[in-house]
Amino acid sequence: MRGRVVIAGIGQTQFGALPDRTTISLNAEAVRKALADAGVEKSAVDALFVKFPTSRFEAMYGQTLAGALGIQPRIGGVWDQGGATNISMISFAAMAIENGQCEIAVVTLADNPKTGTRQAYEKAWGEDEVFGWFGVPPGYAMIARRHMGEFGTTSDQLGAIAVACRRHGAANPGAQLRKKLTLDEYRQSRIIASPLRRDDCCLVSDGAAAVVVMSAERARRLGVKAPVPILGFGQGQTSWEVAQRPSLTSTMAAASAKTAFAMAGITPRQVGVAQLYDCFTIAVLMTLEDYGFCTKGEGGRFVEGGRIEFGGELPVNTAGGLLSETGMPGMQLITEGVRQMRGTASLQVPRAEFCVVSNQGGIMHTHSTLILGQPA
Amino acid sequence: MSAETAEFPLPRRDALNTPYWQSLEEGHLSFQRCGECGKAWLPPRRECPHCLSPEWRWERAGGQARLVSWVVYHIAYHAAFKDRLPYTVAVVELAEGPRLISNIVGAGDPEVLRIDQDLRLAIEHEHGVAVPRFRPA
Repeated sequence: MRGRVVIAGIGQTQFGALPDRTTISLNAEAVRKALADAGVEKSAVDALFVKFPTSRFEAMYGQTLAGALGIQPRIGGVWDQGGATNISMISFAAMAIENGQCEIAVVTLADNPKTGTRQAYEKAWGEDEVFGWFGVPPGYAMIARRHMGEFGTTSDQLGAIAVACRRHGAANPGAQLRKKLTLDEYRQSRIIASPLRRDDCCLVSDGAAAVVVMSAERARRLGVKAPVPILGFGQGQTSWEVAQRPSLTSTMAAASAKTAFAMAGITPRQVGVAQLYDCFTIAVLMTLEDYGFCTKGEGGRFVEGGRIEFGGELPVNTAGGLLSETGMPGMQLITEGVRQMRGTASLQVPRAEFCVVSNQGGIMHTHSTLILGQPA
Repeated sequence: MSAETAEFPLPRRDALNTPYWQSLEEGHLSFQRCGECGKAWLPPRRECPHCLSPEWRWERAGGQARLVSWVVYHIAYHAAFKDRLPYTVAVVELAEGPRLISNIVGAGDPEVLRIDQDLRLAIEHEHGVAVPRFRPA
């Protein structure tokens, strides 16, 4: 089904502190803008997939949202894979469209942990609490430390990822954090859980983003301006908690990418721009390895010397990613991938034929990959 | 909430994990071993995570282990740990195979620990509860 389903429209709210907005209201704004971008009437939408707001779990949230949007979907609901959810829902929507279960799907995400609640982030750590084992950043720090020990990865190499994302975010008028970061400033940044510093960690943000998915054929009939073809997708779930994971330094991102690249019929070498889930810098580094942009253990050297910055060999997170555009769990990477393929990005990468997008959730528990091509 | 008044998060005992904590009180770290496939694991589960068998037994660990990875907390995510900063949390693998979250004690500067270095079980009391910690061997 390579290229037979497209992303026809994208929409997003402002990012940052958006007090007095509910996630329902934020979703509604993103959906309205995505439908307008696609040029599609709401009445044509027959599928609604939504990631539950990470800030607060709520039963039957998908129906609450559908009601608020005035949509009675033929298929839809809430999916939970943490940050991997958005690409997984787009993949599911594509398969549903391909199999006649629906025709036009809206996939959306809203979150307001900055000014609302962070309830759903408060994972129960069970008996490990007695050791002081709390928080998400220390989970990623545990993985980063092992990577440093096995492969000699350095803090400065993680810093190079933060520097790249912050440079790109500074050039994005819609980014929440538009302040460039030097490697020296990174080195001075406060340690949160060694070896990770504050500037290794993503933002906390309110906001929403949505996409409209339909068949390429339907997009052509509707006269959609720049439908971006979905060439490949895949998933992989590492699942084990950090302590029980046989290997800390590779994840099912490798399986996810293998499926997606095989479906797209391309190799990482052909990818000109990448949007890689950067909840923490180490996640980008390991995703580059697991995807095959470099071999396992070479991620640190790969990100040095500006290779992943705009103008480099493989620009990564060209709108700033979670480290600089918005801490939103993943949808902003998809919308930026769509802009890059349309040729409308703030930092437009020239001659990028393909864009790969990664989403991942938990502490590298879940992973999803999306490969986009240029509009026909 | 200050560190003095914050309630320390002690383990909640239930029918499944009581033998684990009881064993620590008696000076031993125990893990589960499957009676069907022979695999060993922690934390306590009702079914073997490898073959899903409900037939397992408790076994005592010898106390030898290795350091898989570790972090040093510089901010507290729970008020009860504010006074302990910086403190070290590690993933430890027992010689018998099971892995667990623990603390490394008696290491001096935790930044000079090494991955895969040998560790030795050091059972300590935390608010009256025996907990498995480890020190460099």
